[in-house]
Amino acid sequence: MSEEKPRDTQAPAVIEGEAPSAALPRAVRAAHRQTLLVPLLAIITALILSGILIVVTDLEVINAFTRIPRRVADPFTDPASEISLEEALWRHPPEVIVGDVVVVEGKELLVVKVVEDATKQISLADARRQYPKLGPGVTIHLNFFQKPMIGLRAAWKSVSVAYSALFEGSIGNPAKIATAIRAWAAGDSSLLPEAFYPFTESLVTATPYILVGLAVALSFRAGLFNIGAEGQYFIGGLLSVYVGYSLKGLPVYIHLPLTILAGIVGGGLWGAIPGFLKATTGAHEVINTIMMNYVAFALSDWLLNGPMKRPGFRPISPDIQPSAMLPSLFPSPIRFHAGFFVALACAAVVYWLLFKTTIGFELRTVGANPRGARYAGISLTRNFVLAMFLSGGLAGLAAANEIMGLIHYMPNAFSAGYGFDSIALALLGRSHPVGVVLAALLFGVLRAGATRMQSAAQIPLDIISILQAMIIIFIAAPEIIRAIYRFRAGREGGEMLLTRGWKA
Amino acid sequence: MTAITQTADPQALRRSRTLGFFFVLVGLAIYALFVRSSASAKVAVFGMNPGRDSEALKIPDVVLPVLPSLYVMTALSVLLGFFQLARGFGRGEGLALGLVALFLVLSFLTWAGRDKGLNLIGILETTVQRATPIALAALSGVLCERSGIVNIGIEGMMLTGACCAALVGSVSKSLWVGLIVSVLLSGLLGALLAVLSIRFKVNQIISGTAINILATGGTSFVSSKFLQVYQNLNNPGKFPNLPLPLLSKIPIIGPVFFESNIIVYMMFLLLIAIHTMLYYTPWGLRTRAVGEHPRAADTLGIDVFRLRYINVILGGMVAGLGGVFLVLGSVPRFDELMTAGKGFIGLAALIFGKWNPFGAFGASLIFGFTDTFQAKMQILDVPIPSQFMRMAPYLITMIVLAGVVGRAEPPAAEGQPYEKQ
Repeated sequence: MSEEKPRDTQAPAVIEGEAPSAALPRAVRAAHRQTLLVPLLAIITALILSGILIVVTDLEVINAFTRIPRRVADPFTDPASEISLEEALWRHPPEVIVGDVVVVEGKELLVVKVVEDATKQISLADARRQYPKLGPGVTIHLNFFQKPMIGLRAAWKSVSVAYSALFEGSIGNPAKIATAIRAWAAGDSSLLPEAFYPFTESLVTATPYILVGLAVALSFRAGLFNIGAEGQYFIGGLLSVYVGYSLKGLPVYIHLPLTILAGIVGGGLWGAIPGFLKATTGAHEVINTIMMNYVAFALSDWLLNGPMKRPGFRPISPDIQPSAMLPSLFPSPIRFHAGFFVALACAAVVYWLLFKTTIGFELRTVGANPRGARYAGISLTRNFVLAMFLSGGLAGLAAANEIMGLIHYMPNAFSAGYGFDSIALALLGRSHPVGVVLAALLFGVLRAGATRMQSAAQIPLDIISILQAMIIIFIAAPEIIRAIYRFRAGREGGEMLLTRGWKA
Repeated sequence: MTAITQTADPQALRRSRTLGFFFVLVGLAIYALFVRSSASAKVAVFGMNPGRDSEALKIPDVVLPVLPSLYVMTALSVLLGFFQLARGFGRGEGLALGLVALFLVLSFLTWAGRDKGLNLIGILETTVQRATPIALAALSGVLCERSGIVNIGIEGMMLTGACCAALVGSVSKSLWVGLIVSVLLSGLLGALLAVLSIRFKVNQIISGTAINILATGGTSFVSSKFLQVYQNLNNPGKFPNLPLPLLSKIPIIGPVFFESNIIVYMMFLLLIAIHTMLYYTPWGLRTRAVGEHPRAADTLGIDVFRLRYINVILGGMVAGLGGVFLVLGSVPRFDELMTAGKGFIGLAALIFGKWNPFGAFGASLIFGFTDTFQAKMQILDVPIPSQFMRMAPYLITMIVLAGVVGRAEPPAAEGQPYEKQ
């Protein structure tokens, strides 16, 4: 029963959420209505469901729903924590249970089953003897039906604290931003960094998302399912950090591109292996990329604990040379770096490659219909390997970008689960570079906000994975969204074939 | 027959030749890696009795002279390789490969155990323990995939089963309640996969991946929100070992198979039950028909959707049992991402075992063995970094998938949503 109720508190959010989506379709062309509406509603629905999850797993809410403590007071003064003797007698049969606090001779004693500490505790039997009838000082508990507003208020508080932390951690505190802009207009720019810090942080978080999202999107376009972005990310990072720290005395214009290239090659080769195996032996890339992930983790663990370890205790690589670092664009607290633009440029290149070149045409043909492609003389082997190389290369570039722009070394726990995130990104972005960039920005906002949510509202970061899983489900099965919001399918936009069964 | 197809099919010929070279290579590897570095060693002692109290009858330990046995195994591998290159084993290829693999493992053990003891029974015992979750994952795969649904979500279902077993087992203070609730919950995830794949015709790999992400996020969420904060919520206890009367007295087999806990026995029962049902009951015939040619099955009046729903939900429950084993059957606590890819390895075992229950079980034993092996190697301080040993199961999976063992044919209709006409 208590699980059912939070839906009521969510009702306003549904209405708020629907407002922009109802306004949007008028703005965009009717043919594109569904491409935007379904992802938008999917995100909103996933946010609502996560809100429910946050509420039902919040212990304070659970307590508010099941046991609302009230001390019986006479005279009765504070309605928030006390209850009048009269009302208590009427609502509650005279009883004391384990866990209550009773007052004996002016001392507060906890009612327990077995008394271990007589100065603070009292046994249930003794407590009942002391309080045959409900008297002042006893704490009684009301349940949800006796005080529904308490439970609802707790639920609302839980979810609003969480989501406002999400907002402030990702976009920023609106009041702070307004003050900062006003001060800036008056000629004082000292408040700007702090006000915009959360937003730049979201962009920083979005940077690797753009690249790994593009990686999976590209493989989807070629009819391959690259679950191994995580492993390719690791290997790309390892190779790029190695080039970054081991080559010394090179000028920036050689060292920087070389380090980027190392990331691309590392990830690309790691990705090309499953592509090659698929093309030559028919071994399905899904299992192989997953296996390569575990191999990559072990390899990285070994390298960072052995050959590539920096002196000291921590299993991390040495710092890369300054000549391999991507420039940071703002002063210290803001971590926003040039890598963001590298990622955007990559999105443009992937768009151009996929839709404006012969290579891209072949990749997409292989993805749409491998048999037809082979009949038309397109080599499956070459395209499978190429697609997986490019896909892995993008994942490796994401790693190089992170190292060169942000952390400057390779830690053991390098990835924040990019492997699975990337799939959600590619699906949400419909495997289109523009869509992927938008999806990545959204995920960057979500993750940056979730970090704040974790510290401010003690909600584990993993809520993001749950959110992503729901988004994937809703995007992959738009019928669910259509059924919830009661609209019909638009013109069939040609459902993309993403991957096949075990057979090549 | 086989000879004709082999000469007719250049791919098969190439594969059989590769296999021959592989055998020779294994022989040379045994020589290069082990023979040369154990020149001074005399004997290796293999313990044949479990290191703990056991009801099994005691038998003497096996003592092997190191160098002669290594030479014999090198020679045999090379010989098998030459025979394969010259004549080909035909249908016996699998057996030959098994033998060569056995030689490799035996010589490794001989080498690792030179001049000191190595408890073989201990290794085999652990192998069965570690193979159990993989076998359950593979059996789950058999149920789903034989009816035409690819289940990538096994990993997620196992994680859910494990997390739920720890939580419910601790709260209810009953192992059985924990087991049953977890199995039901994983069945629910199976139902989600079934609804997405059958009702909504979502790409099955996508829906499986979604389930994996959901389970990863959900269990980690529960873990960091409750299990790590309140330790008593993560302390369910574990099923005790139940030696079976009489059977556990048999040397070697007794301690390895019949002194395990109830979930291991359940796995064996499920293995036999699924095999029997798949090949000797109407349900099995229908399942296989639906997996191969749903339209034909539909024409004959089989309810394709219903059968797939049942199978996928059952598959989810079996996978969940695998997760339960990880908690209630081995370490009685849940850790984030504790399945560590066992669900995926189970899928590989399924493919390795050619979609047969017993084949999948055999493959699981191999994976369980490599897993045990790498743990053992760390104890024996073999000069190979433990990380490389940790890669072994995954690399073997890839080698297996690459078709070294022969091409496996999946059920024909797998992965395709069925549309009723």
